[in-house]
Amino acid sequence: MPLTLQEVEHIAKLARLELTDEEKTRYREQLSAILDHVAQLQKLDTSSVPPLAGMSGSESHLRPDLARPGLGAAELLKNAPAQADAQFKIPPVFE
Amino acid sequence: MEYEVVIGLETHIQLNTETKIFCSCKADSSLDAPNTNVCPVCMGMPGVLPVLNSRVVEKGVVLATAMNADVQSTSFFDRKNYFYPDLPKGYQISQYDRPLAKGGYMDVPQADGSTRRVTIWKLHLEEDAGKTKNDPAAGRRLIDFNRCGVPLVEMVTGPDIRSADEAANYLTRLRQLLRWIGVSEADMEKGHLRCDANVSLRPRGATHLNTKTEIKNVNSIEAVRTAIGKEIERQTREYESGNKIEAWTLEWDEDSQSLKKMRSKETEADYRYFREPDLLPVQLSGEWKSQILAEFPELPLVRRARFINDYGLPEYDAEILTAERSLSDYFESAVKSYGGDVKRVSNWLMNDVMRMLNDSGKTAGEIALTPLYLAEIIKLVDSGTVNTNTAKGLLQKVVATGKSPAEIVKSEGLAKVSDDSAIRAVVEQVMAEAPGEVAAYKSGKVGLMGWFVGQVMKKMQGKADAQKARIIFEELLK
Repeated sequence: MPLTLQEVEHIAKLARLELTDEEKTRYREQLSAILDHVAQLQKLDTSSVPPLAGMSGSESHLRPDLARPGLGAAELLKNAPAQADAQFKIPPVFE
Repeated sequence: MEYEVVIGLETHIQLNTETKIFCSCKADSSLDAPNTNVCPVCMGMPGVLPVLNSRVVEKGVVLATAMNADVQSTSFFDRKNYFYPDLPKGYQISQYDRPLAKGGYMDVPQADGSTRRVTIWKLHLEEDAGKTKNDPAAGRRLIDFNRCGVPLVEMVTGPDIRSADEAANYLTRLRQLLRWIGVSEADMEKGHLRCDANVSLRPRGATHLNTKTEIKNVNSIEAVRTAIGKEIERQTREYESGNKIEAWTLEWDEDSQSLKKMRSKETEADYRYFREPDLLPVQLSGEWKSQILAEFPELPLVRRARFINDYGLPEYDAEILTAERSLSDYFESAVKSYGGDVKRVSNWLMNDVMRMLNDSGKTAGEIALTPLYLAEIIKLVDSGTVNTNTAKGLLQKVVATGKSPAEIVKSEGLAKVSDDSAIRAVVEQVMAEAPGEVAAYKSGKVGLMGWFVGQVMKKMQGKADAQKARIIFEELLK
């Protein structure tokens, strides 16, 4: 069940990846092989196996609702390629 | 053709926890500078792990119970993947196929006395994204990440709402409920309660659903009502002209009071939901659930009905006295302490106490005038110990001093003077001091009686029995 080229392009777009034509062809083959493998698993009869919603049997560790100081603006903004008014600055949207 | 309006509402409710959903950053940043309540977890830095805030689960369970939903003993978090600058991780942690609760409904009373049952299709926990401010004129967009990771409940109704007014009523009741059960401040203008509306029309009597449009960015109940009203008009015009409705996303523009078409959004399949690998399932034991619900209150609409049925209160009174929980609890305590006519307590509360609350900006639970003291003051009037005016003054004095009404009446000598001779002496004094008014009254200006009585009240610091004073005046002025 090979993926179409359009499907590869769509997935690349969702992941914000720009692919060359050569890459599109290569990834189409690789992704299709992964899907083929899953398709093989799907052939197994699982009617006697209860559905599994998660991989771990244990339960979530919970945290009390108590505030603690975090990074602070100066530290965080070291990650900003550009900044203004103590905020991250990015190009505007024109509609 | 006659059309039926079909509306579903998608709400996002900001829970009023101290901290964010998956990290210990402060959740409320309304008074803080941008990008100050942030940490490696909510900023999605490499190697960090989210840890669920137990209060978020608790508040979610309370809300789900109040919405008559089935709280699930096991629920899971999932990743909703999309790229947007206000979402540093590149995905939002949400719940998808195994949410905290399933089903649910709210019975919303309508102005005509009918009730609309609004079903709940989706109720789950998720994290909020940051705030983006677009400023094309300055050639920039600014991002404040403080809101990233603030806990939300997303709640989606079925297509059960049939008019713009019904939508507004649902939101009004939801806001009342959220504050009542203490899970959210629910201030729409501050974004604690956000609402998107899905609107479509169909021929009356039809059961299918036509193409809907989605209205976004409406941040007050009035705006929801107006925006839906305008969209109903537009869709009606389109159908009447033989056009089709397209599945647009519309943005409400508060300034121009109009709807604008927004750019199209990724479809659901494109979010590529999958189980959040960094979080284990949430297990809600029966024990924990009963702990959470141990203090679960009587809900406002139930109490409203009880006030009407059990106390015989008019619907108007019941509505006001259940608008807010602390006022409602106050009323019930005062009724119990008073033990007499419930309507009398309602009148004192709605006329005098509520005015004091409005003036002081306090809630009923915060003023020094306890329900017990209010009941005591009404009893003092009933027994003729003080007159109504003195009683109104007493309310203020109790609030100001925190002392009991009986104590104030005693220490300030406020008890009503009904002693004829004491009042007679003052009446005579007033007449002696005002020969002109006495002559005017005798020549027919009987309207002066009020002034005469007022003079006596003034001299006796409002403690005189006004009725007695009037009788004595009438006798002496004959």
